[in-house]
Amino acid sequence: MRQDHLITATQLSRDDIEAVLDRAREVADDPDAYADRHAGRVLALCFFEPSTRTRMSFDSAAKRLGIDTIDMGDVDSSSVSKGESLTDTVRVIEGYADALVLRHPSEGAATLAAEHVSVPVVNAGDGAGQHPSQTLLDLHTIRENHGLDDLTIGIMGDLKYGRTVHSLAAALTEFDVNQHFISPESLRLPRSVRFDLHETGAQIREHEELDPVLEELDVLYVTRIQKERFPDENEYHRVAGEYRIDAETLEAASDDLTVMHPLPRVDEIAPDVDETDHATYFEQAHNGVPVRMALLDTLLENAEAAEGMEVGR
Amino acid sequence: MSEHELRVSKIRDGTVIDHVEGGQALNVLAILGIDGSEGFGVSVGMNVPSDRLGRKDIVKVEERELSQSEVDVLSLIAPEATINIVRDFEVVEKNRVTRPDSVTGVLSCPNRNCITNADEPVDTRFDVVADGVRCDYCSTILRADIADHIDV
Ligand SMILES: [Zn+2]
Repeated sequence: MRQDHLITATQLSRDDIEAVLDRAREVADDPDAYADRHAGRVLALCFFEPSTRTRMSFDSAAKRLGIDTIDMGDVDSSSVSKGESLTDTVRVIEGYADALVLRHPSEGAATLAAEHVSVPVVNAGDGAGQHPSQTLLDLHTIRENHGLDDLTIGIMGDLKYGRTVHSLAAALTEFDVNQHFISPESLRLPRSVRFDLHETGAQIREHEELDPVLEELDVLYVTRIQKERFPDENEYHRVAGEYRIDAETLEAASDDLTVMHPLPRVDEIAPDVDETDHATYFEQAHNGVPVRMALLDTLLENAEAAEGMEVGR
Repeated sequence: MSEHELRVSKIRDGTVIDHVEGGQALNVLAILGIDGSEGFGVSVGMNVPSDRLGRKDIVKVEERELSQSEVDVLSLIAPEATINIVRDFEVVEKNRVTRPDSVTGVLSCPNRNCITNADEPVDTRFDVVADGVRCDYCSTILRADIADHIDV
Protein backbone atom coordinates (compact mmCIF):
# COMPACT_ATOMS: atom_id res chain seq x y z
CA MET A 1 0.00 0.00 0.00
CA ARG A 2 1.49 3.32 -1.05
CA GLN A 3 -0.76 5.65 0.89
CA ASP A 4 -0.02 8.40 3.39
CA HIS A 5 -3.41 8.25 5.09
CA LEU A 6 -6.36 5.90 5.25
CA ILE A 7 -9.45 8.04 4.77
CA THR A 8 -11.92 6.09 2.62
CA ALA A 9 -12.10 2.59 1.23
CA THR A 10 -12.55 4.02 -2.27
CA GLN A 11 -8.89 5.08 -2.22
CA LEU A 12 -7.75 1.45 -1.89
CA SER A 13 -6.77 -0.67 -4.86
CA ARG A 14 -6.84 -4.41 -4.86
CA ASP A 15 -3.05 -4.41 -4.48
CA ASP A 16 -3.25 -2.05 -1.50
CA ILE A 17 -5.79 -4.28 0.20
CA GLU A 18 -3.94 -7.50 -0.48
CA ALA A 19 -0.65 -6.04 0.75
CA VAL A 20 -2.18 -5.11 4.11
CA LEU A 21 -4.01 -8.41 4.42
CA ASP A 22 -0.88 -10.38 3.58
CA ARG A 23 0.92 -8.51 6.29
CA ALA A 24 -1.96 -9.10 8.71
CA ARG A 25 -1.58 -12.79 8.05
CA GLU A 26 2.15 -12.58 8.83
CA VAL A 27 1.41 -10.63 12.00
CA ALA A 28 -1.13 -13.21 13.12
CA ASP A 29 1.28 -16.07 12.40
CA ASP A 30 4.24 -14.54 14.18
CA PRO A 31 3.29 -11.60 16.38
CA ASP A 32 6.65 -11.63 18.17
CA ALA A 33 8.43 -10.64 14.98
CA TYR A 34 6.49 -7.36 15.09
CA ALA A 35 6.73 -6.75 18.84
CA ASP A 36 9.11 -3.80 18.96
CA ARG A 37 9.07 -2.77 15.38
CA HIS A 38 7.95 0.79 16.11
CA ALA A 39 9.32 1.29 19.62
CA GLY A 40 9.58 4.97 20.50
CA ARG A 41 6.70 5.96 18.21
CA VAL A 42 3.54 7.59 19.51
CA LEU A 43 -0.01 7.17 18.21
CA ALA A 44 -2.71 9.70 19.12
CA LEU A 45 -6.23 8.38 19.59
CA CYS A 46 -8.65 11.22 18.82
CA PHE A 47 -12.20 10.11 19.42
CA PHE A 48 -14.72 12.91 19.10
CA GLU A 49 -17.48 10.36 19.47
CA PRO A 50 -17.78 7.60 22.05
CA SER A 51 -16.20 4.30 21.10
CA THR A 52 -14.81 1.52 23.18
CA ARG A 53 -13.90 -1.28 20.88
CA THR A 54 -12.40 0.59 17.95
CA ARG A 55 -10.37 2.67 20.36
CA MET A 56 -9.22 -0.38 22.33
CA SER A 57 -8.48 -2.30 19.18
CA PHE A 58 -6.18 0.47 17.88
CA ASP A 59 -4.65 0.85 21.33
CA SER A 60 -3.89 -2.86 21.51
CA ALA A 61 -2.55 -2.97 17.94
CA ALA A 62 -0.25 -0.02 18.63
CA LYS A 63 1.09 -1.46 21.87
CA ARG A 64 1.81 -4.80 20.24
CA LEU A 65 4.02 -2.92 17.76
CA GLY A 66 5.87 -1.18 20.60
CA ILE A 67 4.03 2.11 19.93
CA ASP A 68 2.94 4.27 22.85
CA THR A 69 -0.55 5.72 22.66
CA ILE A 70 -1.90 9.02 23.86
CA ASP A 71 -5.61 9.54 24.12
CA MET A 72 -7.39 12.85 23.96
CA GLY A 73 -9.96 11.47 26.39
CA ASP A 74 -13.67 12.06 26.30
CA VAL A 75 -14.87 14.99 24.28
CA ASP A 76 -16.69 16.46 27.30
CA SER A 77 -13.48 16.99 29.21
CA SER A 78 -11.27 18.11 26.33
CA SER A 79 -10.73 21.46 24.65
CA VAL A 80 -13.28 20.46 22.01
CA SER A 81 -16.04 21.24 24.47
CA LYS A 82 -14.47 24.67 24.84
CA GLY A 83 -15.21 25.27 21.17
CA GLU A 84 -11.89 24.46 19.53
CA SER A 85 -12.20 23.50 15.87
CA LEU A 86 -11.21 20.08 14.61
CA THR A 87 -8.66 21.78 12.37
CA ASP A 88 -6.91 23.39 15.35
CA THR A 89 -7.16 20.26 17.47
CA VAL A 90 -5.43 18.03 14.93
CA ARG A 91 -2.79 20.67 14.19
CA VAL A 92 -1.87 20.70 17.87
CA ILE A 93 -2.00 16.93 18.35
CA GLU A 94 0.15 16.40 15.26
CA GLY A 95 3.05 17.79 17.30
CA TYR A 96 2.57 15.11 19.94
CA ALA A 97 2.37 12.01 17.76
CA ASP A 98 3.66 10.12 14.73
CA ALA A 99 0.16 9.19 13.55
CA LEU A 100 -3.46 10.04 14.36
CA VAL A 101 -6.52 7.84 14.59
CA LEU A 102 -9.63 9.96 14.25
CA ARG A 103 -13.29 9.31 14.89
CA HIS A 104 -15.67 12.20 14.42
CA PRO A 105 -19.44 12.63 14.11
CA SER A 106 -19.27 14.69 10.89
CA GLU A 107 -18.85 13.22 7.42
CA GLY A 108 -15.61 14.38 5.82
CA ALA A 109 -13.84 15.07 9.14
CA ALA A 110 -10.92 12.77 8.34
CA THR A 111 -10.50 14.29 4.87
CA LEU A 112 -10.32 17.72 6.44
CA ALA A 113 -7.90 16.57 9.15
CA ALA A 114 -5.58 14.98 6.61
CA GLU A 115 -5.37 18.30 4.74
CA HIS A 116 -3.92 19.96 7.81
CA VAL A 117 -1.40 17.49 9.17
CA SER A 118 1.61 15.74 7.72
CA VAL A 119 1.57 12.62 9.89
CA PRO A 120 -0.59 9.67 8.77
CA VAL A 121 -4.31 9.97 9.60
CA VAL A 122 -6.52 6.91 9.94
CA ASN A 123 -10.24 7.49 9.64
CA ALA A 124 -11.83 5.41 12.40
CA GLY A 125 -15.33 6.54 11.41
CA ASP A 126 -16.66 9.89 10.15
CA GLY A 127 -20.38 10.23 10.84
CA ALA A 128 -22.33 8.16 8.31
CA GLY A 129 -19.35 8.30 5.93
CA GLN A 130 -16.62 5.70 6.01
CA HIS A 131 -14.84 3.32 8.36
CA PRO A 132 -12.07 1.84 6.23
CA SER A 133 -10.01 0.10 8.93
CA GLN A 134 -13.12 -1.89 9.82
CA THR A 135 -13.34 -2.83 6.14
CA LEU A 136 -9.80 -4.18 6.15
CA LEU A 137 -10.59 -6.44 9.06
CA ASP A 138 -13.87 -7.46 7.44
CA LEU A 139 -12.03 -8.34 4.24
CA HIS A 140 -9.40 -10.24 6.20
CA THR A 141 -12.15 -12.28 7.84
CA ILE A 142 -13.85 -12.98 4.51
CA ARG A 143 -10.55 -13.88 2.89
CA GLU A 144 -9.57 -16.32 5.62
CA ASN A 145 -12.95 -18.05 5.34
CA HIS A 146 -13.72 -17.96 1.61
CA GLY A 147 -11.08 -16.04 -0.32
CA LEU A 148 -12.09 -12.75 -1.94
CA ASP A 149 -13.12 -13.77 -5.46
CA ASP A 150 -16.02 -15.68 -6.89
CA LEU A 151 -18.09 -14.73 -3.90
CA THR A 152 -21.70 -13.75 -3.20
CA ILE A 153 -22.24 -11.50 -0.23
CA GLY A 154 -25.41 -10.11 1.33
CA ILE A 155 -25.18 -6.89 3.32
CA MET A 156 -28.23 -6.28 5.49
CA GLY A 157 -29.61 -3.66 7.86
CA ASP A 158 -28.99 0.07 7.92
CA LEU A 159 -27.32 0.66 4.60
CA LYS A 160 -28.04 4.36 4.56
CA TYR A 161 -26.18 5.47 7.67
CA GLY A 162 -23.95 2.43 8.12
CA ARG A 163 -20.40 3.61 7.51
CA THR A 164 -19.00 0.08 7.73
CA VAL A 165 -21.35 -0.84 4.88
CA HIS A 166 -20.27 2.11 2.72
CA SER A 167 -16.61 1.22 3.08
CA LEU A 168 -17.08 -2.50 2.64
CA ALA A 169 -19.23 -2.17 -0.48
CA ALA A 170 -16.67 0.12 -2.11
CA ALA A 171 -13.73 -2.17 -1.31
CA LEU A 172 -15.53 -5.28 -2.56
CA THR A 173 -15.73 -3.76 -6.04
CA GLU A 174 -12.00 -4.47 -6.32
CA PHE A 175 -12.79 -8.18 -6.25
CA ASP A 176 -15.00 -10.56 -8.17
CA VAL A 177 -17.96 -10.32 -5.81
CA ASN A 178 -21.73 -10.22 -6.30
CA GLN A 179 -23.20 -7.83 -3.77
CA HIS A 180 -26.78 -8.06 -2.53
CA PHE A 181 -28.10 -5.24 -0.36
CA ILE A 182 -31.00 -6.04 1.92
CA SER A 183 -32.75 -3.25 3.79
CA PRO A 184 -36.02 -1.45 4.35
CA GLU A 185 -36.81 1.06 1.62
CA SER A 186 -36.03 3.99 3.94
CA LEU A 187 -32.53 2.72 4.75
CA ARG A 188 -31.28 1.88 1.25
CA LEU A 189 -27.74 2.76 0.16
CA PRO A 190 -27.23 6.50 -0.21
CA ARG A 191 -26.95 7.99 -3.68
CA SER A 192 -23.23 8.71 -3.33
CA VAL A 193 -22.37 5.10 -2.49
CA ARG A 194 -24.56 3.76 -5.28
CA PHE A 195 -22.88 6.20 -7.67
CA ASP A 196 -19.44 4.78 -6.84
CA LEU A 197 -20.65 1.21 -7.18
CA HIS A 198 -22.16 1.91 -10.59
CA GLU A 199 -19.01 3.73 -11.70
CA THR A 200 -16.97 0.59 -11.13
CA GLY A 201 -19.52 -1.55 -12.97
CA ALA A 202 -20.03 -3.68 -9.86
CA GLN A 203 -22.68 -6.38 -9.77
CA ILE A 204 -25.16 -5.18 -7.19
CA ARG A 205 -28.79 -5.94 -6.41
CA GLU A 206 -31.09 -4.44 -3.81
CA HIS A 207 -33.80 -6.29 -1.91
CA GLU A 208 -36.26 -5.66 0.87
CA GLU A 209 -36.22 -9.25 2.08
CA LEU A 210 -33.48 -11.69 2.96
CA ASP A 211 -35.34 -14.93 2.12
CA PRO A 212 -35.09 -14.87 -1.67
CA VAL A 213 -31.29 -14.46 -1.66
CA LEU A 214 -30.20 -16.21 1.54
CA GLU A 215 -29.56 -19.53 -0.17
CA GLU A 216 -27.05 -18.04 -2.66
CA LEU A 217 -24.92 -16.27 -0.07
CA ASP A 218 -21.40 -17.16 1.02
CA VAL A 219 -21.35 -14.28 3.48
CA LEU A 220 -24.13 -12.46 5.30
CA TYR A 221 -22.99 -9.16 6.82
CA VAL A 222 -25.54 -7.90 9.32
CA THR A 223 -25.65 -4.36 10.70
CA ARG A 224 -27.77 -2.77 13.37
CA ILE A 225 -30.86 -0.71 12.58
CA GLN A 226 -30.94 2.13 15.08
CA LYS A 227 -34.01 3.45 16.79
CA GLU A 228 -32.95 7.06 16.14
CA ARG A 229 -33.48 6.53 12.40
CA PHE A 230 -37.25 6.24 12.78
CA PRO A 231 -39.77 8.94 13.58
CA ASP A 232 -41.69 6.70 15.95
CA GLU A 233 -40.89 3.70 18.03
CA ASN A 234 -43.63 1.42 16.72
CA GLU A 235 -42.38 1.89 13.19
CA TYR A 236 -38.87 1.05 14.37
CA HIS A 237 -39.97 -2.17 16.07
CA ARG A 238 -42.01 -3.23 13.07
CA VAL A 239 -39.22 -2.63 10.56
CA ALA A 240 -36.24 -3.76 12.63
CA GLY A 241 -38.00 -7.01 13.45
CA GLU A 242 -37.96 -8.01 9.79
CA TYR A 243 -34.18 -7.81 9.61
CA ARG A 244 -33.38 -9.98 12.61
CA ILE A 245 -31.92 -13.43 12.17
CA ASP A 246 -31.84 -16.49 14.38
CA ALA A 247 -30.68 -20.09 14.01
CA GLU A 248 -33.98 -21.01 12.39
CA THR A 249 -33.63 -18.31 9.71
CA LEU A 250 -30.27 -19.78 8.80
CA GLU A 251 -31.57 -23.30 8.24
CA ALA A 252 -32.27 -22.26 4.64
CA ALA A 253 -28.70 -21.05 4.15
CA SER A 254 -25.70 -22.84 2.71
CA ASP A 255 -23.70 -24.85 5.26
CA ASP A 256 -20.69 -22.69 4.48
CA LEU A 257 -22.44 -19.38 5.08
CA THR A 258 -20.35 -17.00 7.16
CA VAL A 259 -22.34 -14.56 9.30
CA MET A 260 -20.56 -11.34 10.15
CA HIS A 261 -21.40 -8.21 12.15
CA PRO A 262 -19.24 -5.19 12.98
CA LEU A 263 -20.51 -5.36 16.60
CA PRO A 264 -21.82 -4.29 19.01
CA ARG A 265 -25.05 -6.12 18.21
CA VAL A 266 -28.26 -5.58 20.06
CA ASP A 267 -30.80 -8.14 18.97
CA GLU A 268 -30.39 -8.32 15.19
CA ILE A 269 -28.54 -11.63 15.57
CA ALA A 270 -30.15 -13.92 18.14
CA PRO A 271 -27.76 -15.56 20.63
CA ASP A 272 -28.68 -19.02 19.28
CA VAL A 273 -26.75 -18.17 16.09
CA ASP A 274 -23.58 -18.06 18.22
CA GLU A 275 -23.81 -21.82 18.61
CA THR A 276 -23.88 -22.45 14.85
CA ASP A 277 -20.86 -22.80 12.55
CA HIS A 278 -22.07 -19.70 10.73
CA ALA A 279 -21.16 -17.31 13.54
CA THR A 280 -17.95 -15.50 12.63
CA TYR A 281 -18.43 -12.11 14.30
CA PHE A 282 -16.20 -12.74 17.29
CA GLU A 283 -13.41 -14.01 15.06
CA GLN A 284 -14.02 -10.88 12.97
CA ALA A 285 -13.65 -8.62 16.03
CA HIS A 286 -10.45 -10.39 17.07
CA ASN A 287 -9.02 -9.82 13.60
CA GLY A 288 -9.10 -6.10 14.38
CA VAL A 289 -5.78 -6.30 16.18
CA PRO A 290 -3.55 -8.03 13.58
CA VAL A 291 -5.17 -6.05 10.75
CA ARG A 292 -4.70 -2.72 12.52
CA MET A 293 -1.13 -3.73 13.37
CA ALA A 294 -0.51 -4.39 9.68
CA LEU A 295 -2.15 -1.07 8.78
CA LEU A 296 -0.20 1.02 11.30
CA ASP A 297 3.01 -0.78 10.35
CA THR A 298 2.38 0.03 6.67
CA LEU A 299 1.47 3.69 7.21
CA LEU A 300 4.42 4.34 9.52
CA GLU A 301 6.74 2.60 7.10
CA ASN A 302 5.40 4.78 4.26
CA ALA A 303 5.83 7.91 6.38
CA GLU A 304 9.41 6.95 7.21
CA ALA A 305 10.18 6.28 3.56
CA ALA A 306 8.75 9.69 2.61
CA GLU A 307 10.81 11.35 5.32
CA GLY A 308 13.95 9.59 4.11
CA MET A 309 13.31 10.88 0.62
CA GLU A 310 12.97 14.44 1.85
CA VAL A 311 16.19 14.24 3.83
CA GLY A 312 18.02 12.82 0.83
CA ARG A 313 16.80 15.52 -1.51
CA MET B 1 -29.81 42.25 -38.32
CA SER B 2 -32.18 39.55 -37.08
CA GLU B 3 -34.64 40.07 -34.30
CA HIS B 4 -32.62 37.73 -32.12
CA GLU B 5 -29.45 39.80 -32.43
CA LEU B 6 -31.43 42.95 -31.75
CA ARG B 7 -32.64 41.51 -28.49
CA VAL B 8 -29.12 40.53 -27.47
CA SER B 9 -27.47 43.83 -28.22
CA LYS B 10 -30.05 46.08 -26.66
CA ILE B 11 -28.02 46.88 -23.56
CA ARG B 12 -25.21 49.44 -23.58
CA ASP B 13 -22.68 47.85 -21.20
CA GLY B 14 -22.91 44.56 -19.39
CA THR B 15 -23.38 40.86 -19.97
CA VAL B 16 -25.86 38.86 -21.95
CA ILE B 17 -26.15 35.23 -20.98
CA ASP B 18 -27.72 33.50 -23.92
CA HIS B 19 -28.75 29.90 -24.65
CA VAL B 20 -29.70 29.21 -21.07
CA GLU B 21 -31.73 26.04 -20.80
CA GLY B 22 -35.45 26.92 -20.66
CA GLY B 23 -36.61 27.47 -17.09
CA GLN B 24 -33.17 28.23 -15.65
CA ALA B 25 -33.15 32.03 -16.02
CA LEU B 26 -34.12 32.71 -12.42
CA ASN B 27 -31.48 30.28 -11.23
CA VAL B 28 -28.93 32.15 -13.29
CA LEU B 29 -29.91 35.31 -11.45
CA ALA B 30 -29.63 33.42 -8.17
CA ILE B 31 -26.10 32.33 -9.06
CA LEU B 32 -25.20 35.90 -9.82
CA GLY B 33 -26.77 37.00 -6.56
CA ILE B 34 -29.02 39.44 -8.40
CA ASP B 35 -32.44 40.24 -6.98
CA GLY B 36 -33.01 43.68 -8.48
CA SER B 37 -32.05 45.61 -5.37
CA GLU B 38 -28.66 46.40 -6.92
CA GLY B 39 -30.22 49.14 -9.03
CA PHE B 40 -28.84 48.17 -12.43
CA GLY B 41 -30.98 47.05 -15.34
CA VAL B 42 -31.84 43.39 -15.57
CA SER B 43 -33.98 41.80 -18.24
CA VAL B 44 -35.01 38.23 -18.56
CA GLY B 45 -36.38 36.44 -21.60
CA MET B 46 -38.03 33.12 -20.98
CA ASN B 47 -39.00 30.42 -23.44
CA VAL B 48 -37.62 32.28 -26.42
CA PRO B 49 -37.66 30.06 -29.54
CA SER B 50 -34.18 28.69 -30.27
CA ASP B 51 -32.82 26.54 -33.08
CA ARG B 52 -30.34 24.88 -30.80
CA LEU B 53 -32.39 24.36 -27.65
CA GLY B 54 -35.99 24.52 -28.86
CA ARG B 55 -36.81 26.97 -26.09
CA LYS B 56 -34.21 28.98 -24.28
CA ASP B 57 -33.92 31.68 -21.65
CA ILE B 58 -31.83 34.84 -21.95
CA VAL B 59 -30.56 36.97 -19.08
CA LYS B 60 -29.22 40.48 -19.64
CA VAL B 61 -27.48 42.34 -16.89
CA GLU B 62 -26.30 45.89 -17.31
CA GLU B 63 -23.06 47.23 -15.90
CA ARG B 64 -21.90 43.86 -14.67
CA GLU B 65 -19.32 41.36 -15.93
CA LEU B 66 -19.04 37.87 -14.51
CA SER B 67 -16.27 36.38 -12.40
CA GLN B 68 -14.73 33.02 -13.25
CA SER B 69 -16.38 31.30 -10.28
CA GLU B 70 -19.77 32.62 -11.37
CA VAL B 71 -19.20 31.30 -14.88
CA ASP B 72 -18.11 27.95 -13.44
CA VAL B 73 -21.29 27.49 -11.49
CA LEU B 74 -23.38 28.80 -14.36
CA SER B 75 -21.96 26.06 -16.55
CA LEU B 76 -23.43 23.48 -14.22
CA ILE B 77 -27.04 24.59 -14.69
CA ALA B 78 -26.70 26.01 -18.20
CA PRO B 79 -24.07 23.95 -19.99
CA GLU B 80 -25.01 25.36 -23.40
CA ALA B 81 -24.90 28.99 -22.35
CA THR B 82 -22.97 31.64 -24.21
CA ILE B 83 -21.69 34.69 -22.41
CA ASN B 84 -21.63 37.92 -24.39
CA ILE B 85 -19.79 40.88 -22.99
CA VAL B 86 -21.35 44.07 -24.32
CA ARG B 87 -19.63 47.44 -24.40
CA ASP B 88 -21.26 50.44 -26.00
CA PHE B 89 -23.99 48.28 -27.56
CA GLU B 90 -21.45 45.99 -29.23
CA VAL B 91 -20.76 42.39 -28.35
CA VAL B 92 -17.03 42.59 -27.73
CA GLU B 93 -16.54 39.06 -26.44
CA LYS B 94 -18.54 35.89 -26.87
CA ASN B 95 -17.67 32.77 -24.87
CA ARG B 96 -19.20 29.35 -24.42
CA VAL B 97 -19.14 28.18 -20.84
CA THR B 98 -16.98 25.17 -20.05
CA ARG B 99 -17.54 22.80 -17.21
CA PRO B 100 -14.77 23.11 -14.63
CA ASP B 101 -13.25 20.04 -12.93
CA SER B 102 -14.22 21.39 -9.55
CA VAL B 103 -15.80 24.40 -7.87
CA THR B 104 -14.37 25.78 -4.64
CA GLY B 105 -16.03 28.04 -2.13
CA VAL B 106 -19.18 28.66 -4.19
CA LEU B 107 -21.68 26.00 -3.23
CA SER B 108 -22.73 24.93 0.24
CA CYS B 109 -23.05 21.24 0.99
CA PRO B 110 -26.67 20.09 1.35
CA ASN B 111 -25.60 17.49 3.92
CA ARG B 112 -26.07 19.22 7.25
CA ASN B 113 -23.77 16.71 8.88
CA CYS B 114 -20.90 17.48 6.50
CA ILE B 115 -17.74 18.82 8.14
CA THR B 116 -17.94 21.86 5.83
CA ASN B 117 -21.14 22.84 7.64
CA ALA B 118 -19.51 22.57 11.05
CA ASP B 119 -17.68 25.54 12.48
CA GLU B 120 -14.40 24.85 10.68
CA PRO B 121 -12.18 27.18 8.66
CA VAL B 122 -12.79 25.36 5.37
CA ASP B 123 -14.02 26.25 1.89
CA THR B 124 -16.39 23.80 0.28
CA ARG B 125 -15.00 21.94 -2.69
CA PHE B 126 -17.12 20.06 -5.20
CA ASP B 127 -15.95 17.79 -7.97
CA VAL B 128 -17.91 18.09 -11.18
CA VAL B 129 -19.27 14.65 -12.10
CA ALA B 130 -21.36 13.41 -15.02
CA ASP B 131 -24.68 14.99 -14.08
CA GLY B 132 -23.97 17.13 -11.06
CA VAL B 133 -21.37 17.97 -8.47
CA ARG B 134 -20.03 16.01 -5.57
CA CYS B 135 -18.75 17.20 -2.20
CA ASP B 136 -15.05 16.36 -1.79
CA TYR B 137 -15.53 15.95 1.94
CA CYS B 138 -18.69 13.91 2.44
CA SER B 139 -19.29 12.65 -1.14
CA THR B 140 -22.87 13.96 -1.25
CA ILE B 141 -24.04 14.41 -4.83
CA LEU B 142 -25.95 17.50 -5.85
CA ARG B 143 -27.87 17.42 -9.12
CA ALA B 144 -30.88 19.46 -10.23
CA ASP B 145 -30.92 21.38 -6.98
CA ILE B 146 -27.53 23.04 -7.44
CA ALA B 147 -29.02 26.53 -7.61
CA ASP B 148 -30.48 26.13 -4.11
CA HIS B 149 -27.01 25.73 -2.65
CA ILE B 150 -25.17 28.66 -4.10
CA ASP B 151 -23.27 30.52 -1.48
CA VAL B 152 -21.47 33.44 -3.17
ZN1 LIG C 1 -20.32 17.66 2.10
